[in-house]
Amino acid sequence: MIEKKYSKKHEWLEVNGNIATVGITVHAAAQLGDIVFAEVPVVGKSFKKDEAAAVVESVKAASDVYSPLTGDIKESNQAIVSDPSLVNKDPENSGWFFKITIKDQNELKDLMNKSDYEKYATENPN
Amino acid sequence: MSAANAELKQTSKTSLYEFHKNSGAKLVNFAGYEMPIQYQDGIIQEHTHTRNSIGIFDVSHMGQLKIECSSSIFPYLEKIIPLDFSSIKNNQSKYSFLLNDKGGIEDDLIVTKVDTGIKIVLNAACKDNDAKIIKDSIGEGFTAVLRDDLSLIAIQGPKAVDAMEKIFKDISKLNFMFGNYFEYNKKKIFITRSGYTGEDGFEVSIKNEDVQELTQDIMRVSDAKLIGLGARDSLRLEAGLCLYGHDINTNTTPVEGALSWAIPKTKKEKGGFLGDKIILDQIKNKPKKIRVGIKPEGKIIAREGTRIFSNDQKEIGHVTSGGFGPSVNGPIAMGYVDYEQSKEGTKVILKVRENMVHGVVSKLPFYKKNYVKN
Repeated sequence: MIEKKYSKKHEWLEVNGNIATVGITVHAAAQLGDIVFAEVPVVGKSFKKDEAAAVVESVKAASDVYSPLTGDIKESNQAIVSDPSLVNKDPENSGWFFKITIKDQNELKDLMNKSDYEKYATENPN
Repeated sequence: MSAANAELKQTSKTSLYEFHKNSGAKLVNFAGYEMPIQYQDGIIQEHTHTRNSIGIFDVSHMGQLKIECSSSIFPYLEKIIPLDFSSIKNNQSKYSFLLNDKGGIEDDLIVTKVDTGIKIVLNAACKDNDAKIIKDSIGEGFTAVLRDDLSLIAIQGPKAVDAMEKIFKDISKLNFMFGNYFEYNKKKIFITRSGYTGEDGFEVSIKNEDVQELTQDIMRVSDAKLIGLGARDSLRLEAGLCLYGHDINTNTTPVEGALSWAIPKTKKEKGGFLGDKIILDQIKNKPKKIRVGIKPEGKIIAREGTRIFSNDQKEIGHVTSGGFGPSVNGPIAMGYVDYEQSKEGTKVILKVRENMVHGVVSKLPFYKKNYVKN
């Protein structure tokens, strides 16, 4: 089992070689409420660390999903585009947003582990 | 400093505040009140539960103004509210507005004529200003009081009538947009058959100390659930109803707001109210812009502020309310467009982030139910 890493903007990522799978955390999905729309990035598009890469909308509001790393999109999850409620049901698994190449391994150092993130999420609920 | 002061400013609470908290509500500040935006089920389930069964909404933040008066007050009220008060039946409710001298809407409201005077339900954010405008207009001879001893709950949905009949005998005989006095805890309370969800339902004006007991009584005799402001918003948007401060405001007239149906024929002919010149001219010569329903194609949600373009790329307006309609199962919106582009079926383009979303000017409401007429 690969250990997940977490960003301050409530994204999780799972590193596999030089590719990271990115999604929003269980905490973030619960905060958003009923998710009714997801927009994922086009394959091949490049993003800088902390740049808005995807969009998730709940009944209440639209939110950006930020890329926690600099890289190029290798794959994006069309399943959440056709069924956005998947992000509520299974945010840290089948509700993933995109896979991105890792350009700079150093950027991984800024990310939190699970227990640090859980502490952070309780203190920074939004 | 100013930000800190703003946070220190106390928010108001309704009499159901503790009950909401104990029922798992997520509370937000709305118009200075700590109100439930949703409960644990979430907005979509609360929305569909109201459409399929019965929901209870705490709307006690809204203003309940009571004017003790006889018909001699009508000429004063008709200057600021474009209704024909003498033709309103006893216990009948009417949707109308408080107008300014530009014909703009200071607030939208529900007026009910009762044998002791006039009851007016006002929006929370506007109620203090409304009360001032009304008091200035009617002068010293009448008393107008914002009743903060009263709570207001809305019971909405197809099962509302059966639940209410179990507590209030013969309430099923009330017609839509009519009210009457009923008895609860040996006190007289006023109930109207009305609401803002597009469903059959009731609005109950009741003493603060009795509101929780009645809410629990209704939940006991039916499968009623508490419904938050989130679902209230999606329900009213599907029903094509305006949210004050968004779809209508001080700069929009009733004609621009596509609400001239609420102005009686006599007033449309003769005027006699604030802003009448502008409003009558717009009725005759058509307004420059008008509120319409817009159905975006696909799944992208066009929220408030989204710019609207014509098929040939000309900017023609903007969205004033937009969201996901759970019963429509897709995005829906309302907004203002140039009058020439307002015909049903007109194709428009909505600019959402980087997307150019196709949409169609659509008939309101997006979701239709029939109201009860006995």
